[in-house]
Amino acid sequence: MAGSSDGNDEVQWCFSQVKGTIDDDIAEADIISTVEFNHSGELLATGDKGGRVVIFQQKPESKNLPQRRGEYNVYSTFQSHEPEFDYLKSLEIEEKINKIRWLPQKNAAHFLLSTNDKTIKLWKISERDKRPEGYNLKEEDGRYRNASSVTSLRVPVFKPMDLMVEASPRRVFANAHTYHINSISVNSDCETYLSADDLRVNLWHWEINDRSFNIVDIKPDNMEDLTEVITAAEFHPNQCNTFVYSSSKGTIRMCDMRTSALCDNHAKLFEEPEDPNNRSFFSEIISSISDVKFSHSGRYIMTRDYLSVKIWDLNMESRPVETYQVHDYFRSKLCSLYENDCIFDKFECCWNGNDSVVMTGSYNNFFRMFDRGYRQDVILEASRDNCKPRSVLKPRKVSSGGKRKKDEISVDSLDFNKKILHTAWHPLDNIIAVATTNNLYIFQDKVN
Amino acid sequence: MFPKGTKRKFSDSGEEAGSNGDQGQAASTSVAAPRTLTSSYSLQRQSLLDMSLIKLQLCHMLVEPNLCRSVLIANTVRQIQEEMTQDGTWQIMTQALAAAQCPSDRLVATEVLCRQTDPATAAQAGQSPKPFSVVGLEEGYHSEEVVMEGEVETEVTMSTLSPVSQQMPSASYLAGPFGMGPCWEEEDEDGDGEDEDDDEEDSEECVSEGEEGDRDHLRADSRTGEQVFGTFEIKHPVPPADPALEELFSDVDPSYYDLDTVLTGMQSSPKMGPYDLLESLSSHGPTTLSSSSTCRSDLNELDHIMEIIVGS
Repeated sequence: MAGSSDGNDEVQWCFSQVKGTIDDDIAEADIISTVEFNHSGELLATGDKGGRVVIFQQKPESKNLPQRRGEYNVYSTFQSHEPEFDYLKSLEIEEKINKIRWLPQKNAAHFLLSTNDKTIKLWKISERDKRPEGYNLKEEDGRYRNASSVTSLRVPVFKPMDLMVEASPRRVFANAHTYHINSISVNSDCETYLSADDLRVNLWHWEINDRSFNIVDIKPDNMEDLTEVITAAEFHPNQCNTFVYSSSKGTIRMCDMRTSALCDNHAKLFEEPEDPNNRSFFSEIISSISDVKFSHSGRYIMTRDYLSVKIWDLNMESRPVETYQVHDYFRSKLCSLYENDCIFDKFECCWNGNDSVVMTGSYNNFFRMFDRGYRQDVILEASRDNCKPRSVLKPRKVSSGGKRKKDEISVDSLDFNKKILHTAWHPLDNIIAVATTNNLYIFQDKVN
Repeated sequence: MFPKGTKRKFSDSGEEAGSNGDQGQAASTSVAAPRTLTSSYSLQRQSLLDMSLIKLQLCHMLVEPNLCRSVLIANTVRQIQEEMTQDGTWQIMTQALAAAQCPSDRLVATEVLCRQTDPATAAQAGQSPKPFSVVGLEEGYHSEEVVMEGEVETEVTMSTLSPVSQQMPSASYLAGPFGMGPCWEEEDEDGDGEDEDDDEEDSEECVSEGEEGDRDHLRADSRTGEQVFGTFEIKHPVPPADPALEELFSDVDPSYYDLDTVLTGMQSSPKMGPYDLLESLSSHGPTTLSSSSTCRSDLNELDHIMEIIVGS
C-alpha cells in the first residue's frame, strides 16, 4: 500500500465524501444494491433497489492542491430497469439492480452493463457539449419553417452548450434466465460476457441480444434433488477461455470453455475440507460463498463466505492459501443470525489495485481490510459521526465477551440492520467506495 | 475443542430461538460417548428443525423469493432429519405423535420427511428417510403441482410403508400447528419476542412486511393449492388471506397460549411459542404415549378451533 508518514507504512484512511440522505427513514428504493468503479477509476456507478443507476465522476485534481484527489460528483442518473410483472407466473420481477459492470473504454463514450433479476441491459453514457445551430429548414425550437420563406442558405455550425450527459440503452438481453441473475462478467476478449443465475450460466455476444449460449447448467432433472445453487461467477481477467463459479456449498469450479461447449464438468474444483471441530448444523450455510473475485493479476481468487474471506491460488485446489476471519465473534451467535435471516446476507469483497489488500463489509456499518503482505487488518466504520472532511478513521475493536475495554464495542450491541454488503476499490488509487444501506461513503488514504 | 467422536454441538448455546427453559444444561453439551444426547441438545435441535420448517413454509411470503436461501434451509432440515434418524429420536417422536390421530386434511407436508425410499431397506437401522426436497421452487418459486410418485395421497404412501405406517399422521401432526395460516407466525413471533434480542424483532418485522406485501401472493397460492416448496402441501383448503383474518388472529392471541397448554396437557410457562409446543412434546418422548388419550381429546378441541378460525 502507499506509505504515509507513519513509520510502519500503514495506510490511514480519511473520510472524503458521503452521498445520500441523512434521513433515518430509509426509502426502499434508495437502498444501494451495487457499487462499481470503471477501469480508470474516474467513474463510480451505483445501482439501487428502485432500478436507478447513479454515476459519479471524479473531478480532475486541482492544480493548486496537487495530490489531493478530486471529488466525485454526480455525472449521470438514469432509470435502468422498471418493475415488471410476469403474467404467466403471477410474479413481480424486481427492478433492483443486482450488478453493474463497466466495459473497457474504447472511445469517448462509456458503456456499462446493468442487470436486475431477469434482464441485462447495455447502456451507453455519452457527453454532449455541442449542438448544431443554424438549420435552414428548422427553427431553433425544432419547428419546421415554411420552405417558401427561406431566402438564403447557410451552413449549420456546432456551438458549445452546457454539458449534457446522456444515457441510452443500446442492447437489452432478456428472457434468457429462468432464475434470478446474480452475476455478470465481461470477458477479456471484448466480444462476450457471461451472466449467471441460481442454476445456469449463459454466454452472450455483445452484438446478439436474442440468443445466448448456455455454458453451465446444474439444474437436476428432478428438482427434488436440488441441493446446491450457483452463487457467483466471473471471467478470468486475462484468459478469455476461463471462468469460475461458486456455489452454496462453498465450492469454486473453474471451467475452460475450450474443452467443451457445455462446461458442466469443471477443469478445477476448489474446496476446503470441513473442519470437524467446527461442525454444526449451520456449517453448510456459513460456507456458502456470496462473492468470488479474481485478483487483477489473475493468479488468485478471493471468495467471501459468511464469516471469512479466503484467497485461493489457482494452482492449488485443495485449500485456500490465506483465510481471514471477518467477524468470528458471530460464530457463537449463528442460531440467532439464522432466525433473523442475517445468516443469508450476501457480502461482497474486493481487491485493491495491486492485489495487496482485500476489503469486505460487515455489520454495524463496519468494514474490514486485510493487508496480505503485512499481515495486518483493520476494522473501520462508515458513519455520519466521522464525517469531517479528511478526518482520519479510527480503527474499531469488537469485544466478544468478558471485560470490555474502553473504546471497544460489545458484540451484543452490534446492529444487524446496518450492513455493508457492497464495497469497491479504485483500480489505481487508494480510494474506496463503501455502501451502507442507503448512503455511499468515499474514503481515501491520507496524503500529506 | 471437543475430543474426536463427540456429538456435534450447537454453536449457539446462549441464545436459542426456541426459548428453552433449561438453557442451563447447555454447558453439558457433552464429552460423553458419541451417541449420548443431552436433552438440551435435542431440544435445541428440535427447535432448529421447527424454525427451519416455518421458514420454508413462509418462503413464498418473502418480498424477494430466494432459491439459495430455500435450498440452504432445506439442506439444514435434511441434516437434522438424518441425524435424528440415526439417533432413533425421529422414530420416537413420530411414534409419540402418531398416538394422536390427526385428520388427514391437516398440513401433511412433512410426511416426506418420514417417507422411506424403500420399505425393505427402511427396516434396516439407520436408513434415512427420503431427503427433504425443494420441488416446486423453480419457475420463480411458484411451484408446479408436486407430483412425486405415489405420494400425493398420503394414505397411499402410508400403505407402502409397512414398517413406518404410523408416521403419516404423526408427520401431519408435527406440521399441524404450522398450517394455521400466515398470521400465526406473526403471533408466534410476538410471543417469542419478549425475552429475545433485537434480532428477533427484526425477523418479526421482516415477516410482517413480507406478509403484508405478499398477501395477494398467498391468496393466489392457497386458491390454486400450489405449494411453494413441494413437500408443504396444504390439503385443507386454506382460506383466502385477508385483513380480517389478521384481526381474527390478533383476537386469538391470548387464547393461543391456552391452546398450547391444552394440547400439551400441562401448565407450562406462559409465553410459549411453536417451538415450545413441539419441544415439550419431543422432550416427553416415550412418556407421551401414556398421555395420548389426553392428546386425542385435546386435538379434537384443536379441530374445533380450527373450524371456527377457518369459518367452515
